[in-house]
Amino acid sequence: MVRVQKHAFDPGAEINAFLATVPKSGGVATFVGQVRDFKGAETVHAMTLEHYPGMAEREFAALAAEARRRWVLDGLLIIHRYGELRPPEPIVLVATAAAHRADAFAACEFLMDWLKTKAPFWKKEAFESGETWVASSADDEARAQRWK
Amino acid sequence: MALHVLYFAWVKDKVGRGEETLSPPPAVKTVSALMDWLATQSPGHAAAFSDRRLIKAAVDQQHVDHGAALDGAGEVAFFPPVTGG
Repeated sequence: MVRVQKHAFDPGAEINAFLATVPKSGGVATFVGQVRDFKGAETVHAMTLEHYPGMAEREFAALAAEARRRWVLDGLLIIHRYGELRPPEPIVLVATAAAHRADAFAACEFLMDWLKTKAPFWKKEAFESGETWVASSADDEARAQRWK
Repeated sequence: MALHVLYFAWVKDKVGRGEETLSPPPAVKTVSALMDWLATQSPGHAAAFSDRRLIKAAVDQQHVDHGAALDGAGEVAFFPPVTGG
């Protein structure tokens, strides 16, 4: 299941609800991305996540299909927020369920790495000095390339 | 033919709007040609498209390269590399 939403979510509650759908899975991997309150020496007061409605859902669906093609998964969950967020609110949750941990870990990492370079979201950070769009990272691109 | 063009993040800031419906000339057949034409539409558009290496594109909500054909596309989006997650 994939969800793109404005409102905050409770990772614990979401993970428990996900676990309830995969009672036969031996391994469940989860990743939560949170808003950081710093960048270098500067304090981040808030973050705005802009997204491309429609394409965001399509990209997540495509990512989910690719993960299911590569690994044997019993279940998969992606939740990603947009709009105004404050540190340390959760931005994204990815959960993968499989018979064993190897597939769950690999699929979870793959989904995050590809999401970072494909899902149409853009972060803007608010500092004391003003707002700036976050630049993409070469490290994220390198991590995504590993899964080609 | 009417084309829905969307802009995101700093591309939107520079263009000065998030979306517009335009009718590019028939000679505009690729994403790259569309950027050339858009850059002539206003100083904001020119600023947004001044360095194409920084711009990613999607045609009908699918990531594409700049050489991609427009081929009857209804929606084209321009944006910086994504930074979600």
